[in-house]
Amino acid sequence: MNKKETEKKEIPVFNSGDTIQVFVQIQEGGKTRVQRFQGTVIKKRGAGISQTFTVRKVTQGIGIERIFPLFSPNIEDIKIIRRGKTRRAKLYYLRERKGKKAKIKEAS
Amino acid sequence: MIGLIGKKKEMTQIFAEDGIVFPVTIIEIAPCVVLQVRTAKRDGYSAVQLGVGKKKKIPLPLKGHIKKAKLETVKSIFEFRISDPENYRVGQKMNVDIFSEGELIDVSGVSKGKGFQGVVKRHGYSGGPKTHGSTSHRVPGSIGASATPARVVKGKKLPGRMGGNRVTVKNLKIVKIEKDNNQLAIKGAIPGSRNSIVLLRKKSKERKKR
Repeated sequence: MNKKETEKKEIPVFNSGDTIQVFVQIQEGGKTRVQRFQGTVIKKRGAGISQTFTVRKVTQGIGIERIFPLFSPNIEDIKIIRRGKTRRAKLYYLRERKGKKAKIKEAS
Repeated sequence: MIGLIGKKKEMTQIFAEDGIVFPVTIIEIAPCVVLQVRTAKRDGYSAVQLGVGKKKKIPLPLKGHIKKAKLETVKSIFEFRISDPENYRVGQKMNVDIFSEGELIDVSGVSKGKGFQGVVKRHGYSGGPKTHGSTSHRVPGSIGASATPARVVKGKKLPGRMGGNRVTVKNLKIVKIEKDNNQLAIKGAIPGSRNSIVLLRKKSKERKKR
């Protein structure tokens, strides 16, 4: 039943380490607007329609992580800014790192 | 109440339009065939007997019974009590159409067998202390008095086989119906393992308005 749903929406292929921009619909006092959230993908999990991904960004020294359901109707668009090269699938180590050490090599 | 025989497929999730996620169970319903209509006059109660499924070998008497409904094979047969037996006839096919999206239904099934379980898991006892020299971690404790009554009360909750019982969950909402492949999605969990048979029944009672 849900297989059709996952085929309906076109979602770009991205992986952990990529820098992406997520365009999320937000309801605010009866109005909907689109918010951008840019950061590094540190985790993708699940299968089928229940897949989610986590995007991490650092704003004013404070790390912010947001978990999005991949097939959520609230996600309008996903843009890939930069492909990263990583040696693992879950980049939890980024949480303890700051500045230059938290950098991810660009995939060639 | 009239209902249908279904097969539990799997649990998954469905997005509402505003992005809220519902946990749903998907149930497959092959068209159920009315095998017999029981009436109060002849049988003492009114019900419809529904059959569904395929089986390689079935007993000969059963073969004769389902012949009236123009069937050759049947796997599971269940009866549903109804109040209007005149609206049903033998051989009639029933499918998901009797339900509508947003309707509340009752679902019965046989729960997963858990084997021999202790009182903490089986009856929700709190067990004893884990530390401070205690050795009575998951024991039931006292099961009654001594010389009077000199026996354990009947029905005392003790360890034993758990699961494998018929369980009914009431007031589950139908989130989605797909008629072309005879599937429906129900919000929440239902008893039983995958591919087990479940009975979907229209709500037994209209809930009183508070």
